[in-house]
Amino acid sequence: MSEFQLIPEADYVLQGRSIAKSFLGNIALDNVDFSLRRGEIHALLGENGAGKSTLIKILTGVYTRDSGTIRLDGQEVSPANVGEAQALGIGTVYQEVNLLENLTVAENLFLGRQPRRFGLTDRREMRRRSRDLLSRYGLDIDVDALLSTYSVAIRQIIAIARAVDLSGKVLVLDEPTASLDAQEVEVLFSVLRKLKADGLGIVLITHFLNQVYAVSDRVTVLRNGKLVGSRDIDGLPRMELISMMLGRELQHVTRDHQASEGDVPTGDAAIHFSDYGKRGSVSPFDLAIRPGEVVGVAGLLGSGRSETAFLLFGIDRADSGTATVDGNEITLTSPEAAIANGFGFCPEERKTDGIIGDFSVAENIALALQARQGWARPIPSRQKRALAEEFIRSLDIRPADPDRPIKFLSGGNQQKAILARWLATNPRLLILDEPTRGIDIGAHAEILKMIEKLCSEGMSLVVISSELEELTAIAHRVIVLSDRKHIAELSGAEVTADNIMHAIAAPNRTEAA
Amino acid sequence: MIHSRNLPFVTTLAIFIIAYALCALQFPAMFSTRVIGNLLVDNAFLGIAAVGMTFVILSGGIDLSIGSVIAFTSVFVAVTVGSFGLHPLTAFALVLVISTAFSSAMGAMIRYLQIPPFVVTLAGMFLARGAAYLISTESVPISHPFIDTIQGFYFRFPGGGRLTAMSMLMIAVFVIGGIIASRTKFGANVYALGGNPQSAELMGVPVGRTTIGIYATSGFLSGLAGIVYTFYTSSGYSLATVGVELDAIAAVVIGGTLLTGGTGLIAGTFVGILIQGLIQTYIVFDGTLSSWWTKIVIGVLLFVFIVLQRGIIWYSNRRIDIARLKGA
Repeated sequence: MSEFQLIPEADYVLQGRSIAKSFLGNIALDNVDFSLRRGEIHALLGENGAGKSTLIKILTGVYTRDSGTIRLDGQEVSPANVGEAQALGIGTVYQEVNLLENLTVAENLFLGRQPRRFGLTDRREMRRRSRDLLSRYGLDIDVDALLSTYSVAIRQIIAIARAVDLSGKVLVLDEPTASLDAQEVEVLFSVLRKLKADGLGIVLITHFLNQVYAVSDRVTVLRNGKLVGSRDIDGLPRMELISMMLGRELQHVTRDHQASEGDVPTGDAAIHFSDYGKRGSVSPFDLAIRPGEVVGVAGLLGSGRSETAFLLFGIDRADSGTATVDGNEITLTSPEAAIANGFGFCPEERKTDGIIGDFSVAENIALALQARQGWARPIPSRQKRALAEEFIRSLDIRPADPDRPIKFLSGGNQQKAILARWLATNPRLLILDEPTRGIDIGAHAEILKMIEKLCSEGMSLVVISSELEELTAIAHRVIVLSDRKHIAELSGAEVTADNIMHAIAAPNRTEAA
Repeated sequence: MIHSRNLPFVTTLAIFIIAYALCALQFPAMFSTRVIGNLLVDNAFLGIAAVGMTFVILSGGIDLSIGSVIAFTSVFVAVTVGSFGLHPLTAFALVLVISTAFSSAMGAMIRYLQIPPFVVTLAGMFLARGAAYLISTESVPISHPFIDTIQGFYFRFPGGGRLTAMSMLMIAVFVIGGIIASRTKFGANVYALGGNPQSAELMGVPVGRTTIGIYATSGFLSGLAGIVYTFYTSSGYSLATVGVELDAIAAVVIGGTLLTGGTGLIAGTFVGILIQGLIQTYIVFDGTLSSWWTKIVIGVLLFVFIVLQRGIIWYSNRRIDIARLKGA
């Protein structure tokens, strides 16, 4: 390589070119470019499944890439594991799985590189160096105490101290502020600014836009495994950033809603939630749902979308407010109670929370019905089969084999089977969290069609989605969430991608700056 | 103030001292070097095996094969020395290689095939026991000048107690084990694995190498315990030491090591062994009690310690919560 080519690259500590990775045929990263300058804080944004964590795991040696190049200081590198990445200079701090609570602070800082004397660990030296190291971050704590005795914020700084001391070129922070309060976030950011001034390249994954604007210099947005773009944060309007993340160019927003004004269900709402909320999860909100209505829930990742669903379905217990069905007050203390009231819920994590992989399609479909009947009265297998065959026909689940273990079905067909599970109980309110994630285009359209058919039959639906197009296409009303609060409600003609994004972008004073 | 992670150990130590004092009050003769000497000899093989078990449990695993490996070792040594005329040292070296390799293979299966340690070592338990039967189903006496010499070697305490070669070996194993656990990279990695394997891996701990090393250590020490057992009984018998792994687990847990891994001390296991030995000695002194009382007392102690450990975890979590509320 010639001298000439190297010059413009000298600014960059890390450069990734056309990085690709797929898992079992599913493309997780599609030829993504990513570059990090020395002395910058670079925010990496994207919704769930956008490929952020895959990219980070490739950079830090947890996964190996299928193709593409990564250069660190101009040298091509391929870290095979975390240890190698650390040795090369790339350190990572994860949100939760982080350090070891059962070890002392000093042991955590020096695990794997203990100072030695006569071949044995020199504990005194380890303590001394730990105190020195932490004092540079303004921490004066007992390094002999167990890590578990300190708050998450302090652990976070300890983790950063370890990562920087170990690696020293690139620091990757995966949602470091998720469990910190405003003051702790400020302390963390001042540490990051200091590290940046020392010339470290910092990659910050977060979903708090205010924090992105507060601390980062550049931002890279990923969506569905593809690079949307890398931009300087100065002069990047909030609206534009949100549209990069949610994937709608503002100027092209058109309302393709087929449920025109006339179709919006009127009449009285049958299900009411008033002042319903849970501290630390979702601020109290009011929600009334009419029969046959589709209520969309919009918001960025971490805004409280799924938490709202958990409250409605009794997975989390509300600590304020009341819920009524047909005027009768109900208590939703568990999913069982919710099912008894005719609620149904398809969770976001289909693989872990939705399907039971080794059970057959028929067994998976019969689960919710069985739960409602009580386990003491098993559904005869002939009846299960008949039920499954009926739904396989009506929802066009393929392959049409009720006995096949559900894990062998494609994502779209699994999703249909889960829908069938709830439809079998004939619910009055069905909550769908990201019903079309990870599903191919054809199945996507079918599921949307099915949702419309269901509500025309009088079922109420709450649909949570990060795809604005999807919400505008099916929802009669959209509730917009930000920072775990219901901040806006749009209905009828107001339901446009444009309006939703404006509502999300409205600066949010309570979020930590 | 005592760090909360050492609290179980300190409690165990306190229980031992108080119990010993009470025993000595009732039977002053129990407070003699003779009793202590016997207590060490009688539990030497169990102590050595328990050190290996401590490493395994610290890492969050379990090793059920220990008793069988001890039986296999003793039969192997007795037969090779007695029937084939091998020098004991050669037989020892051979059997240590076999037991270490055997347990390393179990460690590799646990790590690379992701099979729970309980299942793998359960299979190992049957395998080693079966191999012992295969060599001989009878009790094989062993007699060799070298073995007689070692058996006859001891230091005499004032008061008539004897510190035999076996006791010294056990104490040496505890000391070396303690140093490895607290002062080496390997030891730190064991604790890290027991704390949280995912975090440990993300922090750069070589999980595969460490896991295999842990089970290899346990296998080596089981082999060593088997050799000591052979000296102790002057024979090898494939039906011997059934359930010793459970005694070892009991000693480890009574010694303050969390069964979930990550917290504990090798020294604690030593005290755990002493407590078990003390109960047996007390029963011998009393003369009227059935020896099954040993099991009952150990059972009660185990319950007490498991509850105590839960309590400590609950208490320290609460303290963190309070600290957080104050900070907020």
